[in-house]
Amino acid sequence: MSRAEAKRAEAKRALVPYESLANALGADRIARELQAAGHEVVRTGGFGLAWLEPMIVIDGEAFGPVQDLDALDTVALGPLDELPALARQQRLVFDRCGHTDPFEYDPSWLLEQLEREPRQIIEEIKASGLRGRGGAGFPAHIKWQTVYDAVCKTGAPQKYIVVNADEGDSGTFADRLIMEGDPFRLIEGMLLSGHATGADKGLVYLRSEYPLAAEIFARAIDLARTLGLLEKFDIELFIGAGAYICGEETSLLESLEGKRGEIRVKPPVPAVAGLFGQPTLVHNVITLCAVPGILQIGGKAYADIGVGASTGSMTFQLAGNIKRGGLYELPFGLSLRELIEDWGGGTRTGNPFGAVQVGGPLGAYLFENDLDTPLSYEEMAKLGAGIGHGGLVVFDDTVDLVQQAHFAFAFCEHESCGKCTPCRIGSVRGKEAVAALASGEYTESRLEVIEDLCEVMEQTSLCQMGGMTPIPVRSALGWAFSAQGGNRSGIGPK
Amino acid sequence: MPDSDAIRELASACLGQVGAPVTALRKIVESHGHIEDEHVRIVADVFNLSLADVRGIVSFYADFRTAPRGRKHIRICQAEACQSVGSRALTKEMTKALGLELGETSDDFGVSLEGVYCLGLCASGPCAMVNERILVHATREELLT
Repeated sequence: MSRAEAKRAEAKRALVPYESLANALGADRIARELQAAGHEVVRTGGFGLAWLEPMIVIDGEAFGPVQDLDALDTVALGPLDELPALARQQRLVFDRCGHTDPFEYDPSWLLEQLEREPRQIIEEIKASGLRGRGGAGFPAHIKWQTVYDAVCKTGAPQKYIVVNADEGDSGTFADRLIMEGDPFRLIEGMLLSGHATGADKGLVYLRSEYPLAAEIFARAIDLARTLGLLEKFDIELFIGAGAYICGEETSLLESLEGKRGEIRVKPPVPAVAGLFGQPTLVHNVITLCAVPGILQIGGKAYADIGVGASTGSMTFQLAGNIKRGGLYELPFGLSLRELIEDWGGGTRTGNPFGAVQVGGPLGAYLFENDLDTPLSYEEMAKLGAGIGHGGLVVFDDTVDLVQQAHFAFAFCEHESCGKCTPCRIGSVRGKEAVAALASGEYTESRLEVIEDLCEVMEQTSLCQMGGMTPIPVRSALGWAFSAQGGNRSGIGPK
Repeated sequence: MPDSDAIRELASACLGQVGAPVTALRKIVESHGHIEDEHVRIVADVFNLSLADVRGIVSFYADFRTAPRGRKHIRICQAEACQSVGSRALTKEMTKALGLELGETSDDFGVSLEGVYCLGLCASGPCAMVNERILVHATREELLT
């Protein structure tokens, strides 16, 4: 009997993920088969190592990707605790995810924290240097302080915590993974932020493309209520209806009020006048999920992780054409190359690396000569790029960057809320201009028109949808028509 | 119970909730498959909104379809992570195989084809959904069976 077989024979407790990706790959069937073989099966969250899913753990030994239980030894990964792809991460947000049954929750730590002085908690968040993980990277404590002060000064009758779980950026799945795998991490973040800012109502805006996250989070709310956690702070789950723009915080608030998700002009910012005009703390899922970890290790210790003003761990999501894609929670500061090559193992197709789009559809395309840049807010900004929600989409060298620029405009056209002209019309005109380029009607002046359009959109759009669409457009076209880019589209000057 | 009474009941049940009109319309799509003009009138009435308000909401969100989808509803991800692993080619093959463009439904309502922007399985693309079932590393053969 092999080591794996021997282990399996004696083992009882088996961890099997209950998570969208693992389920799509047969985790339910594997769970049933393990149960039939006499194991005590615990359905956990996913570890986020996409290429190993379905990944199971039997008595501390990991296996993946599992398809056939009779051939487990062929996919043995060794002890879970020593699996480099997990052990070398610094998991503060995802520390429980994958290891535990999300519905076996001990609230004692949380209840202890809720006894702390609100000001003390805000001070910890300030000391941690936590910045918003949704894309903008705004210092979290400023929002917290604003919402906290709102009560002292105006005595506002109602304050809200609104969670942005409208994770629409391609290449991102951290919100989904944590809501499916450790929903209580988010509930902790919500209760703690509510306690600190004086809000007693929390709303989670979840996209409709995540039905399993909705099912699991709804169950978690019920359990939290049973545990008596929602007596002073209530949580409601709201499901969106398919609109990327609702990831923009003011559009999200409009949608939460039951309207078209048209963005609002800022100021006022939501922390001053948000949902129904009340002070509202709007945060991405991962930002709030970072809060418990900060309070566990202390704000100062959290700030020591990472580099410069990019403190703590970031939940990087490696996606697209990548061999070992998945979620890697790591301190800020590692280079793009380390993430893509060391962690990700290069392209899945085995072709040479072509480009990586960092930070979603509104993020920059970066290339071979950018790969040694450290992943931090500051260093990425120097490239005219951003980290966004931490998603990286890798392309091999067959990528057609003119086509990607076309898509950037087309996506903006598709998802624009229509409120402001530069975004609504600019996206259409931009798409047409790039299409003309791609069909071979290349002229210098056409590139100038596109650049002009980008400038108008960037300077005059009301929100980041129109304002940031020029980022992927410029970076993609800039490369496609450079000597280094080799004019892969076969158009333009050589 | 006649259809319109059921719809009214469904919408009324959302009264008092945050974002109720959007939730009511979502529930109508879930239970009825799509939103008809009559449903728009009912929702407007229940929430004391104008018809234009409700039509505005319906036209804004991708999920609020106003025509029935096919019994087999195929959605293929069109976003960047799936593009990088061949979703454009897969989409082209499917439009050819089915004789449908994205957003179209066959005349007998047997099948409909739609684009979707990201299912959050971006390291395992191309991704697709057939009715409620999620497919990763999707192939033409899988989508057609």
